[in-house]
Amino acid sequence: MNLRTAWTQRRYAVLILLWAALVTLPWWLPLVGSYSALGSKILIFGLATMGLNILFGFTGGLSFGQAAYFGIGAYGAGMTLKYLAPSTPLAILIGTLAGGVAAAILGPLVMRRRGIYFAMITIAIGQLFYFVAVRWNNVTGGEDGLAGFERQPLHFGHFTLALDQTRFYYLVLLCFTIGVVLMRGLLHSPLGHTWVAIRENRRRMEFLGVRTDLYVWASFAIAGLITGLAGTLNALLFNFTSPQDLHWILSGDFVMMIVLGGMRNFWGPLLGTAIFVVAQDYLSSITGNWMTFIGLIFVGIVLLFPKGLLGMVDRGKSST
Amino acid sequence: MELLFFNAFNGLIQGVFYALMALGLALILSLNSVINMAHGGFLVIGGYLAFTLTPYLGFWGALVVGPLLAGVIGLAVEQTLIRKLYKRADPLYSLLLTFGLALIIQDLTRTIWGAQGLPAAVPEALDRPLSSTLFFITGYRVVIIEITVAAAAGLYLLLRYTLVGIRIRAGTRDLESVAALGVNIYKLRALNFAMGCFFAGLAGALASGILGLTPPMGDSLLMPSFVAVIVGGVGSLGGAVLGGLLIGVAAGITTTYYPAASEAVIYFIMLVVLVIRPRGLMGQESVFE
Repeated sequence: MNLRTAWTQRRYAVLILLWAALVTLPWWLPLVGSYSALGSKILIFGLATMGLNILFGFTGGLSFGQAAYFGIGAYGAGMTLKYLAPSTPLAILIGTLAGGVAAAILGPLVMRRRGIYFAMITIAIGQLFYFVAVRWNNVTGGEDGLAGFERQPLHFGHFTLALDQTRFYYLVLLCFTIGVVLMRGLLHSPLGHTWVAIRENRRRMEFLGVRTDLYVWASFAIAGLITGLAGTLNALLFNFTSPQDLHWILSGDFVMMIVLGGMRNFWGPLLGTAIFVVAQDYLSSITGNWMTFIGLIFVGIVLLFPKGLLGMVDRGKSST
Repeated sequence: MELLFFNAFNGLIQGVFYALMALGLALILSLNSVINMAHGGFLVIGGYLAFTLTPYLGFWGALVVGPLLAGVIGLAVEQTLIRKLYKRADPLYSLLLTFGLALIIQDLTRTIWGAQGLPAAVPEALDRPLSSTLFFITGYRVVIIEITVAAAAGLYLLLRYTLVGIRIRAGTRDLESVAALGVNIYKLRALNFAMGCFFAGLAGALASGILGLTPPMGDSLLMPSFVAVIVGGVGSLGGAVLGGLLIGVAAGITTTYYPAASEAVIYFIMLVVLVIRPRGLMGQESVFE
């Protein structure tokens, strides 16, 4: 019991530190020689990987095509701003819903598959959207990507807030917080416990009369929704989106970030994302062969740290 | 009409490459339980090695040795990396490992041979059209089809009639029982992986004469090959070939009428197959449903 309280206390301390670090990030990030867009990028990708981890780490669905929903969110937001209405909240809302709806529609195709087949089908479905984005030139901008939109100031009654880099970071942090609260809530609900049970022993759940495919479908749709939200923010961050945001390489990166941080831990994906994004940013600035190094990181993590960083800290504790 | 035939034939050639890739993927998937994301990398290795060796070995020699070397490199990768993952039940790790390998291979290819594409030459005698009306049917394209048929038939005979082949087929059904009967499944899996990489390398060596050589060419052939495996039916080699040819020709025909959709149609076919017949055209029920 004592040990347990100690764990809980330490846990709260770490969480408070984490949130404090996130809130103050625009002040200290330049001090360590970085730039605040990188902070936004880490949070955005972190949100995407944490959303994916609902499906991946907690439900056990090996989705290797999650970039599709990230990209749909990004294109949804960009196209809303470009063709529909100059409103940032509307762009986020439409992009997020587009990601969620796409996942909800495609979910039935994958919800009954397991393991390796689940992975294969999600990869292939993801590529469909890639080619739509590349080929539907006059709407999506094709290979060159969708440009020509800009995130718009926020309006609160008579008060207008222009979104510079720092303010946009706080908008990202707000969306991130909403996403985290939502995911936390879901994982602590009966739904979340059912997901974990399906991951642990799907067949047993079926014998107990649980419609496991419906739960996997729900997980797929929610992961798509959250990843879509992250995608919209990514489009707004760069005022640009390209087919690379839909490509399976990005899907693989997402999975790698999760594994790196620890897929059985709620916060693992965020840690993995932070390390991965910073490493990629740094490596690509010092060597043209950064892809080789990223590849070596993949191989090294798989062979040496399959449980991820937080997975090693967490050993022996409960997973949620 | 001629345009349709022209595009359909181009699609068939593409489909042949998909089918070769899908054969290797399906082999590795069924016995090694690995989704080989680096399969496109082995295609590129085969293509570039064949190109590099052509001045020394001649066109035909390189066409044989290039893919064989891809198989040998595949064997080395299997021995050093992949085999460590067999004990892990989760397919995630082999997926990530081969994904990392794909990045490494693509990057090293770019470093060694350059990011610009290389024009792989086809012998003069093969580059000529066979008839003046059907100008697109060159000798080389016929050779591609012949070699592919020969390779697929060879694989079929190997799996059907040799001891190794029978063991491989038995292993895809129940690996533990095969091991319990005294077969060294590690050697079996290593050989199988190398064979899969050989097929990828063969696809690369053949494709270089049509598509040219670029470091990311493996990527663009990898995904359709996945689709070929899914459409044909996981666990069925014949299905993989059929799936590859089907989506290749379908993409070719689509090019005639609506070029922009020629890639998307491949994935559309997959979605339709998944809805109507989830196990794939020739897949066995137990594997997939």
